[in-house]
Amino acid sequence: MAAADTPLLFRAVSKSFARGSQRVQALDQIDLGLVPGTITALVGPDGAGKTTLLRLAAGLLRPDGGVVTVLGADLGSQGHSLQQEIGYMPQRFGLYEDLTVQENLDLYANLQEIRPEDASTRQQDLLKLTALGPFRTRRAGALSGGMKQKLGLACALLRAPRLLLLDEPTVGVDPIARRELWQIVQGLRDKGVTIFLSTAYFDEAERCDEIILLHQGKLLKKDTPKALSAPLQGRCYLVTDEFRSKRQLREALQARPEVQDARILAEGVRVLCRSGAAAAAEGERWQAVEPAFADAFVDLLSDPQENEAYHAEPPNQTPADGRPASRAETPETVVDVHDLGKFFGSFAAVKGTSFQVQKGQIFGLLGANGAGKTTTFRMLCGLLPASSGSLRVAGVDMRRASSQARARIGYVSQKFSLYGNLSCAQNLAFFSAAYGLRSSRRRQRIDWAQQEFQLHDYANVNVDELPLGIKQRLALACALLHSPPILFLDEPTSGVDPLARREFWQRITGLAEAGVTVLITTHFMEEAEYCDRLILMSLGEVLAQGSPEEIRSQARDAEHPSPSMEDAFIRLIEAHESQIRRAS
Amino acid sequence: MLARIWALVIKEFLAILRDKKSRLVLIGPPLIQLLVFGYAATFDLNHIPYAVYNQDTGSASRELLGDFQGSHAFRQVAVLHSTGQIAPLIEQGKALLVLQIGPNFTADLLRHQQAPLQVIIDGRNSNTATLALNYVNSVLLSFDNRWAAAQQWGRPPAQLVVRAWFNPNLLSRWFIVPGIVALLTLVVTLLVTGLSVAREREQGTFDQLLVTPLTPGEILLGKALPGIIIGALEAAFISLVAVFWFQVPLLGSIPALALGLLLFLLAAVGIGLMISSLSLTQQQGLLGVFLFLVPAIILSGFATPIANMPPLVQDLTYLNPMRYFLVIVRGVFLEGDNISLLWNQYWPLALIALASMAAASWLFRHRMH
Repeated sequence: MAAADTPLLFRAVSKSFARGSQRVQALDQIDLGLVPGTITALVGPDGAGKTTLLRLAAGLLRPDGGVVTVLGADLGSQGHSLQQEIGYMPQRFGLYEDLTVQENLDLYANLQEIRPEDASTRQQDLLKLTALGPFRTRRAGALSGGMKQKLGLACALLRAPRLLLLDEPTVGVDPIARRELWQIVQGLRDKGVTIFLSTAYFDEAERCDEIILLHQGKLLKKDTPKALSAPLQGRCYLVTDEFRSKRQLREALQARPEVQDARILAEGVRVLCRSGAAAAAEGERWQAVEPAFADAFVDLLSDPQENEAYHAEPPNQTPADGRPASRAETPETVVDVHDLGKFFGSFAAVKGTSFQVQKGQIFGLLGANGAGKTTTFRMLCGLLPASSGSLRVAGVDMRRASSQARARIGYVSQKFSLYGNLSCAQNLAFFSAAYGLRSSRRRQRIDWAQQEFQLHDYANVNVDELPLGIKQRLALACALLHSPPILFLDEPTSGVDPLARREFWQRITGLAEAGVTVLITTHFMEEAEYCDRLILMSLGEVLAQGSPEEIRSQARDAEHPSPSMEDAFIRLIEAHESQIRRAS
Repeated sequence: MLARIWALVIKEFLAILRDKKSRLVLIGPPLIQLLVFGYAATFDLNHIPYAVYNQDTGSASRELLGDFQGSHAFRQVAVLHSTGQIAPLIEQGKALLVLQIGPNFTADLLRHQQAPLQVIIDGRNSNTATLALNYVNSVLLSFDNRWAAAQQWGRPPAQLVVRAWFNPNLLSRWFIVPGIVALLTLVVTLLVTGLSVAREREQGTFDQLLVTPLTPGEILLGKALPGIIIGALEAAFISLVAVFWFQVPLLGSIPALALGLLLFLLAAVGIGLMISSLSLTQQQGLLGVFLFLVPAIILSGFATPIANMPPLVQDLTYLNPMRYFLVIVRGVFLEGDNISLLWNQYWPLALIALASMAAASWLFRHRMH
């Protein structure tokens, strides 16, 4: 392939950054080339160097060594003229929240020196493409997360670029908006645009023509999704067991040495074996399945030693020490919410929500951004007064609860709220004292947290400098220091890489087995399978409530005999929102 | 409970001291401001530039001009030879004033008649002009007295004998430097506390605090103590510099100053925390602090006397904690006041502290977006 045809070419590109006194090698001798008119996915754990790579490609960073060539020209010498051929959307697109949709588009057209007459026809096309036409006069700050991403994409597309770089375009976006974004991206590819995007979703990576796997600044693999998962043929199985819950089955399977990875799906537990088939135990049904990219990712990236260390400890003794590991025989209602409502002015954030959570359950709140999940959580934790209805957490209203009652809950907020310029150890020390732990018990719990969450290496590192995955571990550790019987987790997996997410769910299921009640919000639909019960929220209302199977069955019909949670979500919400969307 | 508050205090200090920028903000600007204010902010005039247009050839005018030349306050910049030269000199600001002595000055004096002397002064800065005129008057007064004695005119019937109490040489540094103690303490305390809650709200850690067993009262104490400790250290440091570097006398009782400082800090911390809990971001917090700070300093009597303000504004100053602390700090430094003399200043400060603290702790829980 001639260099001139290649939309993007990296030759031995390296980049390092200073972090304190150390230098961190973000990218190390990267060689890659994109095929024109394709979608290429950039996948890797947190801190693998994905954003750095995209910023180098956009010409926002200069490489320390090597050459970046875009559309046949050297980015170093002809950067300015090339900028017009590249569309780049960073992770958080710089929309001006106080300007309207139209004003944002005008501003970016001006910034990119597009003539007004050209700009207006292009804007019309883009507004049609992104279906933002009806919202032209709305402030960007008042748009939903998905609409903001679409507007950001429209701004990046104003110049009709030949190379489009997207940095995690679907993070924090609900399934419907995600699907719409993908339709736009695929439409662009059909017009000949080359697209290079980073993603944390396996199903998105699988939809791409090629996948580039990045790990610790090195290019690990570059191939089609099929070719990446092909070597795993014969190592993937779907396991079902009529007598055990999927969670129990997963725990049992994961503990076996021949099993590399086990994760819960709608149909059963998906198992990736280390080599060939593993012996099926009594009552289990093993069924060979096609390997997927997710399996390849786990196979290539999971650190065998870390997995070993985790297996060494039976999970249902680790989390809440001193509490009986078995579940209570009679279900005890821990959280009782009845007809809960919350108004901000005339805007109803939560409308008449009712649900109950039993002890030891994992209870999920699913929904798009702005569905009212976080507002519900903040009311349950006593951070917001409810406008109407009643709520009881462990028998009390947290808003009027005493200190002791508040010590019964642990809370991990959306952004992993930790003190950024304090070290890991100092954060642990502060929160343990804030929860009233003292002397030997305090030391013991801090040691436990550092051990259990593998934080020893980061004890003296400022939290601001930690990768997101480690921050999440620390936030969870801080919330668990006082062994609370009730745990509130608000979007704990948002923006966290797939491996860290998997590890996180292992911990959570372990906690639930030990009798801890877990309430969790998420917009990763596949994570719903880990929940015992869940509610599906949209625009402040509960659309469906029940076990994952029950909710999926609501979306079942002749056309879709076995809908996934994502299908169910999209169908239920579309049915509910169609009038509202049309009205606005 | 004490352990929880203590943990919060330690955390606050770590959050401030581990950040290089906030460390610098606490140490650098106050030191620079202290030196700038101490040396540069003064009401005293030195080396007033003046020009002379002397049409008289006699001995009296020479003697009078000799008095001006001999004074430290005046510096002769030009000798003029026509009235036309006066205007450009003043307009360009080369001379603040011009002394014009008429052709018959000595002759008139020798004939025991009134001898007029014209002073043309640049009145653009009225304050400076008034001060310069005062100086001219005093030079002239001493000349008159000497002339009267030498020519045996007899003494004038009424004699003015001036004695300035508390500041015998009327040094404006003695007035300004104790005021800086109040000023910088207020600035630093407001900055430390005004950003503390807002920072946590911005990072989301405030929610995390509210779900712990910490009560709003405990959070208030944990947030207030670092501000009080830092403010007290700052005030003590500036007081030491005032006494040992700027040589301002500290005549009164130190406990009286300490009590005043404590109440002042409580009030300032309360206001800082109130502003902070009203703001959702650090930027709002900073804006809020300055919105309070500027009028608080102008309406405190730091530079211009409260008695000169319109009655309505004077009433407004009763809400300003700095007003009371300025009286305390100047009273203790220059007048030698003790606790019993300052009760009238202590109780309003205590009241402001109480009200602002209560408001802040209420806002902790109720100001939610």
